Amino acid sequence: MSDIKKFLYLNRKAPYGTIYALESLEVVLIGAAFEQDVSLAFVDDGVYQLVKGQDTSEIGMKNFSPTYNALGDYDVNKLYVEKESLEARGLTEDDLMPLTYEDEDDDWAEKPSIRVVSSAELADIMDEQDVVLAF
Amino acid sequence: MSKLHTVNKSPFEKNSLDACIRLAKEGGAVLLFEDGVYGATKGTVISDKVTAAMKGLTFYVLGPDMKARGIRDDQLLDGVKVVDYGGFVDLVADHDNVQPWL
Amino acid sequence: MKLGILINEGPYNHQASDSAYQFTKAALEKGHEIFRVFFYNDGVNNATRYSIPPQDDRNITQQWTELAEKHDLDLVVCVAAAQRRGIIDEGEQERNGKDGNNIAPGFRISGLGQLIEAGIQADRLVTFGD
Repeated sequence: MSDIKKFLYLNRKAPYGTIYALESLEVVLIGAAFEQDVSLAFVDDGVYQLVKGQDTSEIGMKNFSPTYNALGDYDVNKLYVEKESLEARGLTEDDLMPLTYEDEDDDWAEKPSIRVVSSAELADIMDEQDVVLAF
Repeated sequence: MSKLHTVNKSPFEKNSLDACIRLAKEGGAVLLFEDGVYGATKGTVISDKVTAAMKGLTFYVLGPDMKARGIRDDQLLDGVKVVDYGGFVDLVADHDNVQPWL
Repeated sequence: MKLGILINEGPYNHQASDSAYQFTKAALEKGHEIFRVFFYNDGVNNATRYSIPPQDDRNITQQWTELAEKHDLDLVVCVAAAQRRGIIDEGEQERNGKDGNNIAPGFRISGLGQLIEAGIQADRLVTFGD
């Protein structure tokens, strides 16, 4: 087996109501230092984590949504969002934060980190993973 | 690669089993444990869905969790296999990795 | 085979820790190696030695302590999750000026890197949560 494993973080829970989304993100940030192949999947209520316009000023909790935009700086730039989960919630890609990263292999061109994929495509991506972390 | 999917939620309360069936690749296995065992029973609103999923996935149920909840073998959907904790360990070892549906 | 175990829920409220314990015992009986048991989210609450369950109930923390002693298990509690929830060892007590600590024998507090390492080193990672 090669030294680099494929890690998938599977996010299926909405932010704020429970701590899972935030503590999953904390693992992603720490895990980024280990130079593994990292992907994130947002499925079911997990898609709500990426919705733009989050404002926690009136609930007394920290708004951690800006952290998703910092992921690109950690070479975490494969954020797969399941299309069916978006549609089931009346959302489109336009409702999500415009997350980007700079591609060092392409003269640091700015590229989108979010990739909306169908269930079938996501099933294939998930099938390739070595380690799945879900919280 | 062949995956072991684990589902520990009642399908009548959470959509974990739904998501698992939607995103699991053919040839994988699904272990229902804790409250997930209710998904293995006959005559429910999701029985047909689970039975249909059995065409591509092998379903297992954790016997100790079933027994704790008063579920008898004859209440299980045809084709569901019962394992104990040792069997759970074997399933983990026999598949390429474990995909939890929490 | 080398197995990593991840526990994301506290004792009693969820079955996660009980399931993980039964699974770990069965894996050891079958001769597998447990690379590490990692406690995250509310799972860190499994590590308090101050829990007092009723006498006719199992003591989940003590079960882990005893299993760890018997099989030399590495029970690791995430420091960030533990600090939030007041699970503290002697070192954390001193660093943060607290008046006591509550970690049970057999558990140690360390960083999230230990979870990633378990993912890399272990042949399988098995998650118990909600």
